[in-house]
Amino acid sequence: MNTSVNFAGITLKNPVLTASGTFGSGMEYSEFVDLNRLGGVVTKGVAVTPWEGNPTPRVAETTGGMLNAIGLQNPGLDVFLSRDLPFLAKYDTKVVVNVCGHSKEEYVEAVARLADTNVDLLEINISCPNVREGGIAFGTNASKIFEITKAVKSAAKQPIIMKLSPNVTDITEMALAAQDGGADAVSLINTITGMKIDINRRTFALANKTGGLSGPAIKPVAVRMVYQVAQKVSVPILGMGGIACAEDAIEFLMAGATAVSVGTANFHNPRVTEEIVAGIEAYMMRNHVEDINELIGCVR
Amino acid sequence: MKQYENAVIVSTNRLADGIFSTELCAKSIVKDSLPGQFVCVYSDDGAHLLPRPISICDIDADAGTLRLVYRVVGFGTDELSKKGVGDTVRLLGPIGTGYESVREGKDKPLRILIGGGIGIPPMLLLAKNWNAAGYEVHAVLGYRNADLFLLEDFKPYATCHIATDDGSVGTHGTVLDAIAADGLLDGGADRKALIAACGPMPMLRGVAAEAMKQGIPAYVSLEERMACGVGACLGCIVKSREVDGHSHVHNKRICTEGPVFPVSDLCW
Repeated sequence: MNTSVNFAGITLKNPVLTASGTFGSGMEYSEFVDLNRLGGVVTKGVAVTPWEGNPTPRVAETTGGMLNAIGLQNPGLDVFLSRDLPFLAKYDTKVVVNVCGHSKEEYVEAVARLADTNVDLLEINISCPNVREGGIAFGTNASKIFEITKAVKSAAKQPIIMKLSPNVTDITEMALAAQDGGADAVSLINTITGMKIDINRRTFALANKTGGLSGPAIKPVAVRMVYQVAQKVSVPILGMGGIACAEDAIEFLMAGATAVSVGTANFHNPRVTEEIVAGIEAYMMRNHVEDINELIGCVR
Repeated sequence: MKQYENAVIVSTNRLADGIFSTELCAKSIVKDSLPGQFVCVYSDDGAHLLPRPISICDIDADAGTLRLVYRVVGFGTDELSKKGVGDTVRLLGPIGTGYESVREGKDKPLRILIGGGIGIPPMLLLAKNWNAAGYEVHAVLGYRNADLFLLEDFKPYATCHIATDDGSVGTHGTVLDAIAADGLLDGGADRKALIAACGPMPMLRGVAAEAMKQGIPAYVSLEERMACGVGACLGCIVKSREVDGHSHVHNKRICTEGPVFPVSDLCW
């Protein structure tokens, strides 16, 4: 039985990765999950310098999901390179670094500094809904996506994955812009902008007023978008949005994702990523699937 | 070390209006649990994803049980309160740095524990431990009304001082009013006191201001909305004076560097 997939030239032992921002750099969850069992770890977004992030409350539960407005708090590349990357190097899993920036120049500087490291893939976060500069301001404009992808690609030594926002009218336009700019892959979907009001305090549940909705509530939207993008682009897709079990992950593969990221579900069950890997293997056994690649994009 | 365990409910009791006590058998969690730490309680319902952080009220190390005393405020706590003996609940814990982070020792023999409302429960295990360590323990407990939950549990370990919002028992007002009425901090730093407090933010602000004014070391236990409980999501931060060890900004994680902080570490 083969569970490995080729993702933008990188062989993943299985298609299950973590989703950026929900798993730190793997250290915090390594008490509960054998990171060696995962296809890859996608780190929390890192920028050139440390970011403070947003005021609290930063998270709120909603039915079947949650809102977050962390605001990309991160320690910056110096700490990341000296602490987090060496930690991940101890594991037999692929390392995907999520990169954020306030400007094109900051993205380029970050990927350049990651060029000669043990990083396998770069995921470029142009879709965070919770920061004013960078993030979604770039990710909802096709010509900006093209421009940033091109600039990042020319500075990067690893394959680049452009992480797309669902907060657009037609996500396939954004995916095509990334592909035209030289992206080696796309990942989708980032969170959907939402709001919750605390009726007892008569104010917003999040200090940032709006936040990104994630969790099972957004899964059908994500599956639809992965399917639509898969029909339009030739680069591989890292699919995500509400995956909570192996069956969810398989849906994304069938819709056209080559690999998947598991995010919010980690908060409901810290062992869920490893359970999804085992669940996919069990599905393949039950259904006599010899090679997982048979499932990718099998629904058209 | 944190453990993820399917705990079995041993008993559930209603202590007061909306306040419940649930005792659970969770051997792997109990063996490392300390006062001030908490557990994450997961819902069985996949539509309610985030664990509820609930402070550890008491442990019985020999029996491998821990006791949670909580106010029913939403779906998760309501679900927990309705579970019966023998039912299971997924727990993650013990979480955070508890009162073992207190740096002062025998040079501060007077220990003043302050609990406001649902901040009272975590003070019980601390009262037990500090009483056993030979300190003079006073518990200042603030309630809404005469529903004095856990008071009898504190009595063997601490001299209790009561404040009620409605004035029905003890001092009419807040825990700070009770402290003043009973002269607990009279003499200030000369009393060689140390304060530990848990409760609503306005209460903690008042305690911190009083402690800093009098030069008395004080520790507070904080609460914040959180998602992961393990230090990964950066949801539950508090502004700190010093640069934090994780992100190298000024955001300490309540679930990891906390929930117990010296008041001098925080930006009030």
